[in-house]
Amino acid sequence: MAAITIAEVSKIYTGNVEAVKSVSIDIEDGEFIVLVGPSGCGKSTLLRMVAGLEGISKGTVKIGSRVINEVDPAERDIAMVFQNYALYPHMTVYQNLAYGLKNRKTPKAEIDARVAEAARMLEIEPYLDRKPRALSGGQRQRVAMGRAIVRKPAAFLFDEPLSNLDAKLRVSMRGEIKRLQKRLGTTSLYVTHDQLEAMTLADRLVVLNGGRIEQIGRPLEVYHRPASTFVASFIGSPAMNLIKGRIEGARLHIGAYRIDLGDRAPAEGGAVTVGLRAEDLRLAGVGEDAMLFQVDYVEELGAQRLVHGTIEDQALTLALSPEVSLSGDLAVTIATDRLHFFSPENGKRLERGASFANSGESARPLSLEPAW
Amino acid sequence: MTTGTESLPALRGGTATDGRRSGVLRLFGGKAKGGEEAAKRVQFSSPYLPYLFLAPQLAIIFVFFYWPSIQAIQSSFYLEDPFGFGSTFVGMANYTDVLTSGEYLGIARFTAIFTALVTFFALSIGLLLAVKADGVIRGNATYKTLLIWVYAIAPPVAGLIGMMFFDQHIGPIVELARWFGWEIKVGINYFDTAFAMIVVSVWKQIPYNFIFFLSGLQGIPVAVREAAAMDCRSGFRRFWTVILPLLAPTAFFLLIINVTYALFDTFGVIDVMVKDKAANNPITLVYKVYMDGFRGNDLGGSSAQSVILMLIVFVLTIFQFRFIERRVHYN
Repeated sequence: MAAITIAEVSKIYTGNVEAVKSVSIDIEDGEFIVLVGPSGCGKSTLLRMVAGLEGISKGTVKIGSRVINEVDPAERDIAMVFQNYALYPHMTVYQNLAYGLKNRKTPKAEIDARVAEAARMLEIEPYLDRKPRALSGGQRQRVAMGRAIVRKPAAFLFDEPLSNLDAKLRVSMRGEIKRLQKRLGTTSLYVTHDQLEAMTLADRLVVLNGGRIEQIGRPLEVYHRPASTFVASFIGSPAMNLIKGRIEGARLHIGAYRIDLGDRAPAEGGAVTVGLRAEDLRLAGVGEDAMLFQVDYVEELGAQRLVHGTIEDQALTLALSPEVSLSGDLAVTIATDRLHFFSPENGKRLERGASFANSGESARPLSLEPAW
Repeated sequence: MTTGTESLPALRGGTATDGRRSGVLRLFGGKAKGGEEAAKRVQFSSPYLPYLFLAPQLAIIFVFFYWPSIQAIQSSFYLEDPFGFGSTFVGMANYTDVLTSGEYLGIARFTAIFTALVTFFALSIGLLLAVKADGVIRGNATYKTLLIWVYAIAPPVAGLIGMMFFDQHIGPIVELARWFGWEIKVGINYFDTAFAMIVVSVWKQIPYNFIFFLSGLQGIPVAVREAAAMDCRSGFRRFWTVILPLLAPTAFFLLIINVTYALFDTFGVIDVMVKDKAANNPITLVYKVYMDGFRGNDLGGSSAQSVILMLIVFVLTIFQFRFIERRVHYN
């Protein structure tokens, strides 16, 4: 087990295509880090550079105190779990697990012991004599994990290991990976495009976009304080609503509506992108100041109901409890302390006023003044 | 099977070859692949309909394979008049003549050695080139085209070019051997002729094997290779423990094709080398059949030889399927 230090690592392909742009991540010993982002964001490339399957164009990667830029993949003391399992089809499950150990000249008795232990942990003991093709997808995934575990490496690398499984199996395997990693305490680097997987698995998650890090943080930190509009729209489901507004003094203008923010207004005035999560909008009570929400269509999810529509011609999604009966357009109100502000130019988060740190306070009633 | 159309799907990569390969094997009588295959089976409304669909193929096989075979078996029991004025039944005499002839047994021994060497070198060099071409990242399309190119040349032309390598006056191989003090005399010295035959036969077959091995290699999932790279440092060991076993289906198919090639399809090469008058030069069994039948006008003896040859190939193929295919892992 060891820490992994990724320092200013870049990947430049021929033709000057920069897939990863000067990325730095310090991974602590035993930490579970998830790299998340849309396809093409460089997350897999970064993982493969750590694995040694891609060359590192710039920067250094250290495992423990050893720089591994030029070290052969087999000598890096890491094990990788691949998306399509990558089991050796001509070997039995036992041979698949033992292969890496055998090549490292591990004594036979120890191989047997380690394979038996991993098989017990992953409940694949009955299949040790089978070939991979006689196994189901979930069993193959367990074998792939077993192959990583028996090696007892300094770090596990996971490359979208669950994306080939069906939805139900994915959820249970997700829990199992988390449990196993906690139990073994092995440093792990996990790549996924699924924000839910990222949120549930990570100790810390790294949101990547276009080869750059958008944000590193604990899952809830990233959820509650997204560093940019990209993170805001990527993490959380449904995606955070992003609408155009203007700050004038302590007031937020959304179309014809004016909302008094008090000391929660961002430091700079002018045009802003306002972020608000679907669950932070609620129906206004009788006599409360409200905005008119024109309903487009409704998605029923069972536990909640997503209402898609517009406020002042800007698209929004609203999460409501299914008990509420819907008829025609809605009057909605916003919890002002849950608003996020981003710069419309670069999408970066704009910090709010002094009272931000005190997030425990309850929502202040809105003061809405129609402009007419 | 026609060699021209065969190579094309192979170039398109893994899946195309896989489908093809299992088709070939089933044609040979290889085992079908269990339940999933059965589920896809088409149900015909009339039991005769499938036979009707098969009829054109069966007719061709019958006319061009079974009919001549039956004729050969029949005439192997007769002594034919060289001018076609009838024939005399002689029983097994043709067979005993052939099998007790020292000359025939000598040719059989040469054929065995020739087949083993041609198959071995054609397969191993083809594999080596395929592995190397597969490893090339920059400009690999050019490499592959250049290596496959030879295969696109018509066989007689390729054979002729191969022969030119051993030309007494302009052959570069002869020249090269002279450098080392070896005077190659094709058509005069038994060993030199055998050497040239083997070299040219191997040379002609390499592109074919190369194409199949290359598409086989490209059919091995990249992730499996990468997993192996993380599990095993030595590339050589990786090749023997992961890559080669996964190539086994291709290799087995090629083994059968190459043995058949060495036994039969090298006829042209031998013919150009010995120029119709074998004299003391080495020839293979199939050439002997031709010599006795069409040069010696001994149709009975020649037919007996071709029946023997047919049996040899039959036994060899059964042997390969029973004892070698067992070690082959199909995906």
